[in-house]
Amino acid sequence: MLTGRMKFREQLDLTLKVNGREHSISLDARVTLLDALREYLGLTGTKKGCNFGECGACTVHLDGRRVNACLVLAAAAAGREITTIEGLADEKGMQHPVQQAFVDQDAFQCGFCSPGQIMSAVACIAEGHTRSDAEIREWMSGNICRCAAYPQIVAAVRQAAGD
Amino acid sequence: MQGFTYARAAVVSEALAAGREPGTAFLAGGTELLNWMRLEIAAPARILDITHLSGLDAIETLPDGGLRIGALARLNDVALAPAVVARVPVLSQAILSAASAQIRNLATIGGNLLQKTRCPYFRAEEMLPCNKKRPGSGCAARDGLNDRHAIFGWSDICVATHPSDPAVALAALDAAVITACGAGGRRIPINEFYLPPDAGQDRNSVLEQGELITAIEIPGSAPCSIYIKIRERESYEYATVSVALALDLDVWRRIARARVALGSVAARPWRLTAAEQALAGLEPGAAAITAAVESGFAEARPLAHNAYKIALGRNLVLRAIRLVAEMTP
Repeated sequence: MLTGRMKFREQLDLTLKVNGREHSISLDARVTLLDALREYLGLTGTKKGCNFGECGACTVHLDGRRVNACLVLAAAAAGREITTIEGLADEKGMQHPVQQAFVDQDAFQCGFCSPGQIMSAVACIAEGHTRSDAEIREWMSGNICRCAAYPQIVAAVRQAAGD
Repeated sequence: MQGFTYARAAVVSEALAAGREPGTAFLAGGTELLNWMRLEIAAPARILDITHLSGLDAIETLPDGGLRIGALARLNDVALAPAVVARVPVLSQAILSAASAQIRNLATIGGNLLQKTRCPYFRAEEMLPCNKKRPGSGCAARDGLNDRHAIFGWSDICVATHPSDPAVALAALDAAVITACGAGGRRIPINEFYLPPDAGQDRNSVLEQGELITAIEIPGSAPCSIYIKIRERESYEYATVSVALALDLDVWRRIARARVALGSVAARPWRLTAAEQALAGLEPGAAAITAAVESGFAEARPLAHNAYKIALGRNLVLRAIRLVAEMTP
């Protein structure tokens, strides 16, 4: 769609595939994946913290890998599989085991970083980086929690990894 | 952020032709470019997405035991590749100490080398004197807060350091940066890749407009190698000082060849050439090791707040030698 003809465009018509559903939108080339999710698709579960790739609040999965949505242009994400926190629950609305683990372990206070923490944790577990608490801390370090619920977050990741 | 136009390149020739036009920026991982545009460090008129170019993300072994890493290989994929872990552990460790898991899933090994300094005056949203951002405006760090700045090779134009961890490992490994451009391309030794800090704005490396990094080549292997990074947080933080060390030991376990590069001490990874020469022939446990390492710091010129980097760097190299000497190839 965007490939091949090498036409440089300022206004782009593209399709974002989010949580298994295709959305056709028209946007300025500057719009990030984060802003496209929140402002164009109404998926506000993905949070906008620092908007510089420093806090991890905007973590989503792109083709199955965790990334900072604020560091990806929406145009660059077109045609790829995008999963957000809204896409974790199953068809019946049952929450994901990682979400349940965060509830069980009380792994948040204000909750602002939680969607990013949970998306990161799902990937961290899938990658197998949960063999020790130290490894969990290292591979979860891209998600900042200003309430400092870190011990509970590590416990939640450990619990979900063991499920 | 200023407006720009966007396109995707399908083949390399197309990318090279479009990239030649001034104002065109290649987009790979994007983890730096988007922030540059936000901070008005860069304002390209055209963004050319090169992430769909095929064949530029492979990690291959070379006949001499070395490696060829495609420029678009994502950092996590490079660090976790079994060939990288086995042949050049220093590179795997350097990459895994950089940034976060999320950023390493986006960032590419080619783009990583093109990071710009993390000097807070350079990255400030306010208008502060910075010759790298606004040529002729001065260097706020020269007489300002410079505890995180250079001790080697700086000038009054700029005292900033280069932030890349992988580049430090690649410098110790004598890697080469392979490029393509309309006229053909070249093979640039990494230790000649970065320009001195008094070079012009936006010219941190020898790359020309439209010149595309296609691969990194590492000659031979370095199984006895290590990367150690000192920082103020345990994870997800730039180095205060880092070291990449590769040792070749002879049959008597004396140092046949030492390759030492320091990070966060200069505008490029800084090879301790004098120390490398002095280390050759020594046993890793010898008393003379300390003086040999210290000889590498003879040309250090600390700023007002960063003389501590000399002691930190020296101790770091000594620790790295101890740890590598315990390894068996």
